[in-house]
Amino acid sequence: MEPAYVTSSWPSLGMIWWRDLLRFSRDQSQIIGSLSRPLLWLLVLGFGLGSVVTSVGGLTYPEFLLPGIIGLNLLFASFLSAISIIWDREFGFLKEMLVAPISRTTIALGKALSGSTIAVLQGGLVLAFAPLVHVHLAWGHLLATLGLMALLAFACTSLGILVASRTTSFEGFGVISNLIIMPMFFLSGAMFPVDRLPSWLAVLVRLNPMTYGIDALRAALIGIHAFPVWFDIGFVAGFAALALWGAVWYFNRTS
Amino acid sequence: MAPIIEVTHLSKHYGRLRAVDDVSFHVEPGEIFGFLGPNGAGKTTTIHALCTLLQPTAGAATVAGYDVATRPHDVRRSIGIIFQDSSLDERLTAYENLNFHGILYHLPRAVRRQRIDEVLQLVDLAPRRHAIVKTFSGGMKRRLEMARGLLHHPKVLFLDEPTLGLDPQSRSHMWEYLRALRAREGITMFLTTHYMDEAEDCDRIAVIDHGKIIALDTPAGLKRQYGGGDRLTLRTEDDAATAEALQQRCRVSVERSEEGLRIALTNGHAGLPEVLAACPSKIVALDLHHPSLDDVFLRLTGRGMRDTDANELDQLRSFRKKWNLRT
Repeated sequence: MEPAYVTSSWPSLGMIWWRDLLRFSRDQSQIIGSLSRPLLWLLVLGFGLGSVVTSVGGLTYPEFLLPGIIGLNLLFASFLSAISIIWDREFGFLKEMLVAPISRTTIALGKALSGSTIAVLQGGLVLAFAPLVHVHLAWGHLLATLGLMALLAFACTSLGILVASRTTSFEGFGVISNLIIMPMFFLSGAMFPVDRLPSWLAVLVRLNPMTYGIDALRAALIGIHAFPVWFDIGFVAGFAALALWGAVWYFNRTS
Repeated sequence: MAPIIEVTHLSKHYGRLRAVDDVSFHVEPGEIFGFLGPNGAGKTTTIHALCTLLQPTAGAATVAGYDVATRPHDVRRSIGIIFQDSSLDERLTAYENLNFHGILYHLPRAVRRQRIDEVLQLVDLAPRRHAIVKTFSGGMKRRLEMARGLLHHPKVLFLDEPTLGLDPQSRSHMWEYLRALRAREGITMFLTTHYMDEAEDCDRIAVIDHGKIIALDTPAGLKRQYGGGDRLTLRTEDDAATAEALQQRCRVSVERSEEGLRIALTNGHAGLPEVLAACPSKIVALDLHHPSLDDVFLRLTGRGMRDTDANELDQLRSFRKKWNLRT
């Protein structure tokens, strides 16, 4: 009898995660891109629309907008990170992982973790602009914000991986992710308060996990929120679990 | 000893295309076994099925004693693979690529360090261990990939067109490594190729065409069986007289052609002195041709290896394109 082959998946999981971080750290253009995108939105939207919209719930418009921009940046960064699965497939590295004695679940989970880490790093850069719009954070709020960002990023990256494991080309992924990202962003209340919307719009907004993610971020950053925070967190966590399950299931089935 | 690879009635179909069609063979431990055939013959599909990357449509295969369909995990840790296309992470260093691999194959840290040094030495890449792979030449990448395939000491090493796109010098280097490795580790190698000279280096060859194995033997055995014997080409001052003389005295078949007389011999080296002694006229030119694997392939399929290089899928695609244009 051969001895049972007992091995832990944790080192492999850690390595898949670390590899993507190494790759990210060596790609300057991605880092610059992740800085310029939110800055542009915050300045143009915040101060542009801010000249028309004087105050929202007693806050200036740029203040009100900051959590939304962080959420948007997380959403974009998560989907961009999920592209690395297509990248790995295109350049052959996915095969190296697929023939290794590790489970498909380890690969998908490692990818979801690395993607959300990178997304939080990118989203975190927006926090550096908080003083620019007169949002000053205490340490406790900062930690709460980072925790919420990690949860939201994990949800978005899992969704991104689900999409990426269904598409075979960069172009296809671009088209489909835009179809998902745009409605998710515009129907999230990132740019407007969600409590006085026409009913048809309110329904769509309330089905969108981004709504709750941004609502929770608002609670941590600027102290206003439309839903109970526990409900926000529960909704996003539930969605993250569902998306991750879908991604792992699909990845197991197809490769 | 039990075979290390055993394939029984393996098939893989893509719709109506039978990429691999009812293939059976086995490979002994320590053997260098070659799959020889034109592009699109089903070589890569077979390798992918044996490496658990593809589910066979029908039939079964075991590698290192494990069934590829039911024990893929055990198969995976017993094998190393060098893919046709690079599967290195070019943004990482050579060391990082190897270290990543070592972790995926559950090697403890100390073993990993020692083996990385070992394999980098083996493929002459030790001085470049901390260089980013993107800066490597094609040959260096191939060698690094080979080092990576060996890192976890696999029982079977699969090589899919290992020297495709390499210059002749790198190709012969690579073969030196492979033979040294077999001598040292007793590792079994399964390789695919469409280079005849590469196939000559294998212990046994399966000739595959249109998804079927059409012959399987040692290179010498294949040539003996399907090469059509040795062929002597002789040009003399009087070919007509020579032909008649040889047919009577040596009982060989002689055929006249533009290049001279073509004489079929079962064993060229042994038969040559007799033919020359019987030759009545002065010899102008002489050429002795041993059958090559090219001849074997030509005999078996009725066409040369070079004529058949188009991928079957490509043919299918171009056929569909033509059809679309007409409608």
